[in-house]
Amino acid sequence: MPLLEVQNLRVTFATEEGEVKAVDDISFSIENGETVALVGESGSGKSVTALSLARLVPAPPARHDGGRILFEGRNLLDMTRRELQELRGGKVAYVFQEPSTSLNPVFRVRNQIAEAIHLHRPDVTDVKAEIRKLLELVGIRDALRVMEAYPHQLSGGMQQRVMIAMAIACRPLLLVADEPTTALDVTIQAQILDLLRELRRKLGMALLLITHNFAIVSNLADRVLVMYRGKIVEQGASKEVLRNPRHPYTRALLACIPRLGSRQKRLAVIDHELLVK
Amino acid sequence: MTALLEVRDLKVHYAPQRGLLPGNRDVVRAVDGVSFSVGGGETVGLVGESGSGKTTVGRAIIKLTPITDGTVLWEGRDVTHLSEREFRPIRKHIQMIFQDPYGSLNPRLTVESIVGEAIEIHFPDMTRAERRERVAELMSQVGLQPEHIRRYPHEFSGGQRQRIGIARALAVRPRLIICDEPVSALDVSVQAQIINLLQDLQEQLGLAYLFIGHDLGVVEHVSNRVLVMNGGRIVESGSREEIYQRPQDPYTRNLLAAVPTI
Repeated sequence: MPLLEVQNLRVTFATEEGEVKAVDDISFSIENGETVALVGESGSGKSVTALSLARLVPAPPARHDGGRILFEGRNLLDMTRRELQELRGGKVAYVFQEPSTSLNPVFRVRNQIAEAIHLHRPDVTDVKAEIRKLLELVGIRDALRVMEAYPHQLSGGMQQRVMIAMAIACRPLLLVADEPTTALDVTIQAQILDLLRELRRKLGMALLLITHNFAIVSNLADRVLVMYRGKIVEQGASKEVLRNPRHPYTRALLACIPRLGSRQKRLAVIDHELLVK
Repeated sequence: MTALLEVRDLKVHYAPQRGLLPGNRDVVRAVDGVSFSVGGGETVGLVGESGSGKTTVGRAIIKLTPITDGTVLWEGRDVTHLSEREFRPIRKHIQMIFQDPYGSLNPRLTVESIVGEAIEIHFPDMTRAERRERVAELMSQVGLQPEHIRRYPHEFSGGQRQRIGIARALAVRPRLIICDEPVSALDVSVQAQIINLLQDLQEQLGLAYLFIGHDLGVVEHVSNRVLVMNGGRIVESGSREEIYQRPQDPYTRNLLAAVPTI
């Protein structure tokens, strides 16, 4: 049994201009310990898909019109509020793009991590030692100082490490990282990607990586799903999809990125009208 | 041949904040002795990470931030200490486009007013009808529908808003456009369209660009020459090939090595 199995999921938003199908009948699965990348542009439905995995899309305005999200075989769409709370932050954890907006500015780092531990790990008696261990696990050397810091006293890269420490505090089975490095400088981005790779190995968790960057896909993901206008238009092993993209959208998306040393004269553009046909 | 723009030993320092709270009281040397030039019709890329001072360089050139020391020359003429009024004719030649196309467009004005405003200032002799015609012409030049001239910024997508920003910059027929991270906030497919548009306009109008960015792939794609900034200084400069194929400075090498490749 896969860790996560999404079957024919549909998420619709009711707006003033009518219904918008943000996610339109998608199916995919993630095995234990596997890294899957979900690639797409704004409005493709990738973030709504990611948030749905812990029922984090506010409903209304969203509506789950059918389909199932099976986590360890149990359908999330049938779960009670209480069951969902246990799942969120417990078995499924999130890391978002902007660490500065995800951290609470008025609490010290230690309080924010402690909250997660209190909620999901009553077995931990020495919370402070656990926080220190977590911060060291995400590569923060002076953990004792960082524990007492407020978010604004940390750099973007450090803030993202703290976010990751919070996310893994409860030993999740699935970590969903939504554009975790987009807001970071390229050298910091490389460090965070190394960290995710290392944590995956140490903790054995599955990783769902939401990104628009194919280079990150090829460096980190076992499989890739490409989303376009609410649908998964292509999925497969990362190496295979990158080397031999089948869907015209995947091909166009790969061609429109200026890659280092690639020497294109002109960038390819995506002909959306042609793709919709 | 005189360069279009020349910057000599530019320094922008910020005095420490005076306030009640204890904090860092050192002078911030955002730009600390930067020299380079931009020739007519060429694209000079300026790359660096956050805090490197790259944006401050762009802003200092067109007097959006005060210069502490150094010289800015426009076609060989020292324009560093010109008053706002004296500088106005120069500003007509140097325009700027910004990263966040929404934040840099007044939400209460129609596209016609946004683009027309600059024309009104720099070409006061134009009649209203001529101005409207010129705005419509600019709209089609940047790939927007001239019929949408009466619309407001929120009615456009991110990529279209960046096109409006470009139309506004083009309105005064500049010779140099300072592009400050013009595609960083856009989706990759939209980014490709905007980059292609900038390159087409360069070819048609003979524009020069100072292209400020952090995406090394994008900067390589658009630039003839590249400057690498770190800690307020240019650590390395050279042709695109020199910087990307044979980087000499350890910082540049490190930066290039950090870019994940497919």
